[in-house]
Amino acid sequence: MSDNVWVSVRGVDKVFVRGSESIHVLERLSLEVRQGEFLALMGPSGSGKTTLLNLIGGLDRPTSGEIEVGGERLDGMSERRLAAWRARQVGLVFQLYHLMTALTAERNVELPLLLSPLNRLERRQHVATALALVGLKDRARHYPSQLSGGEQQRVGIARAIVTDPVLLLCDEPTGDLDRKSGDEILGLLQALNREHGKTIVMVTHDPHASARAGRTLYLNKGRLSAEMPE
Amino acid sequence: MKYLLLVAANLRRKKLRTVLTLLSVLVGFLLYGYLGAIEVALGQGVEVAGADRLVVRHRVSIVQPLPQSYGARISRLAGVEDTMHASWFGGVYQDPRNFFAQIPVEPDRFQAMYPEYVLPAGQAEAWRRTRTGAIVGRRTADRFGWKIGDRIPIQAPIWQKKDGGNTWEFDLVGIYDGRDKGTDTTTLYLRYDYFDESRAVGKGLVGWYVVRVKDPEQAESVARAIDAEFANSPAETKTETEGAFAGAFARQIGDIGRIMRAILGAVFFTILLVAGNTMALSVRERTSELGVLKALGFSNRQVMAVVLAESGVLALAGAGAGLGLAWFLVGRGDPTGMLAVFYVPAARWAAGLALAAGLGLVAGLLPAVQAMRLRITDALRRA
Ligand SMILES: Nc1ncnc2c1ncn2[C@@H]1O[C@H](COP(=O)(O)OP(=O)(O)OP(=O)(O)O)[C@@H](O)[C@H]1O
Ligand SMILES: [Mg+2]
Repeated sequence: MSDNVWVSVRGVDKVFVRGSESIHVLERLSLEVRQGEFLALMGPSGSGKTTLLNLIGGLDRPTSGEIEVGGERLDGMSERRLAAWRARQVGLVFQLYHLMTALTAERNVELPLLLSPLNRLERRQHVATALALVGLKDRARHYPSQLSGGEQQRVGIARAIVTDPVLLLCDEPTGDLDRKSGDEILGLLQALNREHGKTIVMVTHDPHASARAGRTLYLNKGRLSAEMPE
Repeated sequence: MKYLLLVAANLRRKKLRTVLTLLSVLVGFLLYGYLGAIEVALGQGVEVAGADRLVVRHRVSIVQPLPQSYGARISRLAGVEDTMHASWFGGVYQDPRNFFAQIPVEPDRFQAMYPEYVLPAGQAEAWRRTRTGAIVGRRTADRFGWKIGDRIPIQAPIWQKKDGGNTWEFDLVGIYDGRDKGTDTTTLYLRYDYFDESRAVGKGLVGWYVVRVKDPEQAESVARAIDAEFANSPAETKTETEGAFAGAFARQIGDIGRIMRAILGAVFFTILLVAGNTMALSVRERTSELGVLKALGFSNRQVMAVVLAESGVLALAGAGAGLGLAWFLVGRGDPTGMLAVFYVPAARWAAGLALAAGLGLVAGLLPAVQAMRLRITDALRRA
């Protein structure tokens, strides 16, 4: 592994078994993402993009193969250590934002910090910084229902970066937004990548979005390629 | 502690449901506290009865009298510390609904026999000097506003006086207090010598004997010895501990305590279903949110703790309010005015809180386990 590779997926298989049926979603798939890279993942629906992202983010385990992120092997990590690893090392951004509806924007952003040893005051400061970074300083006390889709996604991004992880994993972050809001989100991700050195893996269906990334890979029939499949 | 933020937010999510659940828990614990006071009042004799006291009554029934001469014979038996006789006066003050017991006793032996009654020395002395004197417990004195020096007229349907009248008058010379909160202070005690010489019939007879044994461990064998002493006599006896005696008395008015416990049991079962249902719904609705918590790095155990804390807070808040309200209502006093005591012992409040914690745990357990087992990828896909 060259020293600036942050994510390394080596010969990973992922098989889902449902009853008597088994779906082989990923087949001996390998992938390397360098630190500071902005990678877009494309591919038809059901090709396994979310599955791959979940494996890199330690939300799920491969059927076989190795996954190493930031020098730590995720496959084989205990459930508890994996949870602690997620809390520190990865920021997740979802298509449907997945904010807690009963919590204000700032409380949502604070959630991952509850798992850190930071005290209340320090948590407040980190939250304020993250919200300022996504341009929502004045919306801190708003509930998700009082925010537009674009604003909710920015809260989601603030929550992902508040622990200052190296890696951001975004699953169709603009999939539910109109063009203008989507562009703003993409601009934000680009800024996080360029100015704050975040390594980003972003799943998208939108060529317009992948154009913002430094590199685009296509997932089809369980394999990755640099070429768009016909 | 910082996770309470999450718990509070979840409870606020469906305010109406939270309030309704809280109310059902509140009502349950209000009943627990209030019915508890009534149950204590009814079972009171059994709880406070001296373990070292026996009651000797006629073998056929408590209504049959015993000869006064038995006292000396009982005193001579091994293991007997002291003995005193008592009778049933069964009088009515103004109105039959104003029920309280009146019992003719021997003043000289009374205080040694009932150390749980606290009577000032001067008043005890006055009682020994006054043949028509009577002492009454604080509860009954307060109930009728009696003061020392009052003359208390009591109608006695059972006991006609020699002069043909049924109205007995007693001089109130003392008011006793209970040593403990649970002590019954409703009874009026009058002097047997005055009672016996004034009544038209029944001379020389007493209702029952109260016997103090030297060693409570020996109570059973002393009781057998007493009954053996009077076997094959015209008035055979039945001797039992005061607790058993009071318990038998309570059974005569029906086992109200058991009925109340059954009602409380049903109420709590219902509350458990209500609270359990609330928690199950709340967890199901939040499947994706719980999945997100896990994705953010919350461990299975932490997510489970959040769910359990939520049901614990519901149960404890509802129970706290219910017990508080019960405490307030019980503090305002016995609504019937007829109960010997009306309070809830501290142990029952503590048991109530323990019950609340148990309720929270049981209601939250299944949903919490469900939340713990939830797989992140499934939870997020379901959204
Ligand atoms: N937990 C699971 N259990 C069973 N099958 C699953 C599970 N997760 C994913 N799959 C299956 O794996 C395949 C890939 O799913 P995945 O969600 O990764 O696709 P995707 O590329 O993200 O699709 P989309 O673009 O629609 O989001 C699908 O056929 C899906 O049905
Ligand atoms: Mg997907």
